[in-house]
Amino acid sequence: MPEVTKLIHKYLRHDKKFPHVWCPGCGIGIMLGSLIRAIDRIGYEKDDIVLVSGIGCSGRLPVYVDFNTLHTTHGRALTFATGIKLAKPSLKVIVIMGDGDAVAIGGNHFIHAARRNIDVTAIILNNSIYGMTGGQYSPTTPYGMRSTTTVYSNIEQSFRISELAVTAGAVFVGRGTVYHARLLDDLMEKAFLKQGFSVVEVIAHCHTQYGRQNRLGTAVEMMEWQRDHALPVEKALKMKSEELQEKILIGVLVDKELPVYQDEYEKIRERAKAGVGR
Amino acid sequence: MKNQRERKSSYRKELLLQGNEAVVEGALRAGCRFFAGYPITPATEVSEILSVKLPQVDGAFIQMEDEIASLGAVIGASLTGVKSMTATSGPGFSLMQENLGFAIIAEVPCVIVNVMRGGPSTGLPTLPSQSDVMQARWGTHGDHPIIVLSASTVRECYDMTIKAFNFSEKFRIPVIVLIDEVVAHMREKMVLSDREEIEIFNRVKPTMPPEWYIPYEDTPSGVPPMANFGEGYRYHVTGLTHDIRGFPTSRPDEIGPFIARLHRKISQHFSEIQMGEFFQTEDAEITVIAYGSVARSAKRAVIEAREKGMKVGLLKLITIWPFMRSAVEKVLQTSKVLIVPEMNMGQISREVKRVNRGIAKVFTLNKVDGTIITPPEILSRIMEVS
Repeated sequence: MPEVTKLIHKYLRHDKKFPHVWCPGCGIGIMLGSLIRAIDRIGYEKDDIVLVSGIGCSGRLPVYVDFNTLHTTHGRALTFATGIKLAKPSLKVIVIMGDGDAVAIGGNHFIHAARRNIDVTAIILNNSIYGMTGGQYSPTTPYGMRSTTTVYSNIEQSFRISELAVTAGAVFVGRGTVYHARLLDDLMEKAFLKQGFSVVEVIAHCHTQYGRQNRLGTAVEMMEWQRDHALPVEKALKMKSEELQEKILIGVLVDKELPVYQDEYEKIRERAKAGVGR
Repeated sequence: MKNQRERKSSYRKELLLQGNEAVVEGALRAGCRFFAGYPITPATEVSEILSVKLPQVDGAFIQMEDEIASLGAVIGASLTGVKSMTATSGPGFSLMQENLGFAIIAEVPCVIVNVMRGGPSTGLPTLPSQSDVMQARWGTHGDHPIIVLSASTVRECYDMTIKAFNFSEKFRIPVIVLIDEVVAHMREKMVLSDREEIEIFNRVKPTMPPEWYIPYEDTPSGVPPMANFGEGYRYHVTGLTHDIRGFPTSRPDEIGPFIARLHRKISQHFSEIQMGEFFQTEDAEITVIAYGSVARSAKRAVIEAREKGMKVGLLKLITIWPFMRSAVEKVLQTSKVLIVPEMNMGQISREVKRVNRGIAKVFTLNKVDGTIITPPEILSRIMEVS
């Protein structure tokens, strides 16, 4: 067994009835690999990790790994994570969401978690479609594309998740693709180590739904598209906006410092005990 | 010496408290150390006071972006072993229904205080109502048990909040405390003392080694021990129907027993959960069945009817759900007439009629105009139907 596979197996729940629910060729497995490698590199104890997810294909991820795992309601993962982190700050809380989860039904929770700067890492698998329910358009489905609910073409503009996170105040925002697995490893490691609300957007393909309906080819062909359209954010700074139209900027978009919610709350406790402010 | 020190640290205070304030005191006494909520009239005082008091006792308060998020955060906090609650009113309670169902299926203890206002929708934010009785029972989708308690005095706000935490910890179920605006904002004298013996129940944790822990295994009580996140028992919590290990399942032989256990863990403890008061019902030919602030008016009406020589009694419901079938059956042994006054269009009266099965005549007295039901109104209803 190669070293990398051994590493993955160290974190899988072998008593869970495999096989998993994802389609052959799905990008979620690559994201899970990066997640495990980043956790292993940092050396977290399994007991100290809480992996929280919402609903959808990505929501099924926590069940396969040997951490404290919580599969919540659709779009609400960040709210549960907020409660966990505030009640027990010693836990490392990682949230897995899909694009529908994070910026459609859970959009409000997403921007408020970022604004609050609660120390949670949100990993968002953005495959531009609702996969599990059969390929309906999501807030990240590009204009003009087809889905089972936009068979005549999507007339809505799409969200740019990372840029939304930056605007909402996240202290760390990174974007990668499942083609760039090593970059994902690094982004996740940085995000986990960051104090405050960190976001990693993972651009992934859904060849089963989005790809098939839009005739984008196989999983491999869709990953090649990721390779051809990804552009490191450092390079993009030197380019004109016209040249960036079709590009996906990858790398670290933001890495800044802001007061972290639970550290600030600790100060509130001190004030409350001292009777200040009343 | 030791005794002296103990006496110093203990307290006995006579206070003029509001129902909402008594909820806070009860929650803190029960061990609540986490609150997440969203401002809403007429429940806001609970948030405001806990935002002051929780950080003083190393607890945490957070104001979330909405009520969906509030209950989500409460469930998250409870999973780490911290007793947690939220407080809201009708519109917020509507938003909480989604995560309420999650707490039921994942068996996460938590307390939700709903200070009822008139509805539907924004309705009557500052006026009393009892119109969430059925929402509390059936608001979230799917077959599920629930525990709902009510209060008709400030003291009961305190006691029932403690009971709510105890039941939620004991049976691993969200417990709802339904209070009407009258009781929530009314001030009454209440003695607060730590010398008083009050039972506080903490959830049963697993004692076996983690590798032997089966998180959703059936037990004689129907309630499996609950491991807190981060204490070595790594397990999966999901809103999907799950097997005894907590993993999603669609096998009929696993689904059936699971849903049956969720119901059984409550139904086999009915006698412990169901609380009420019988007032002059031993020989009552007419029994008034009431709860919340209406029970206060009903008691006055019963006293006045007795003064007139009428054989009238009161059954005050404290536990609203599971419905107190046996208590109603008990008053049916003597009563030929039941009167159910409620500040809604008739929610508990339906349950009374179901249990009654034609034995007695059941009369309602419904008021939905934002005003309270007064003793004379109940008395005249008694005279009318006797």
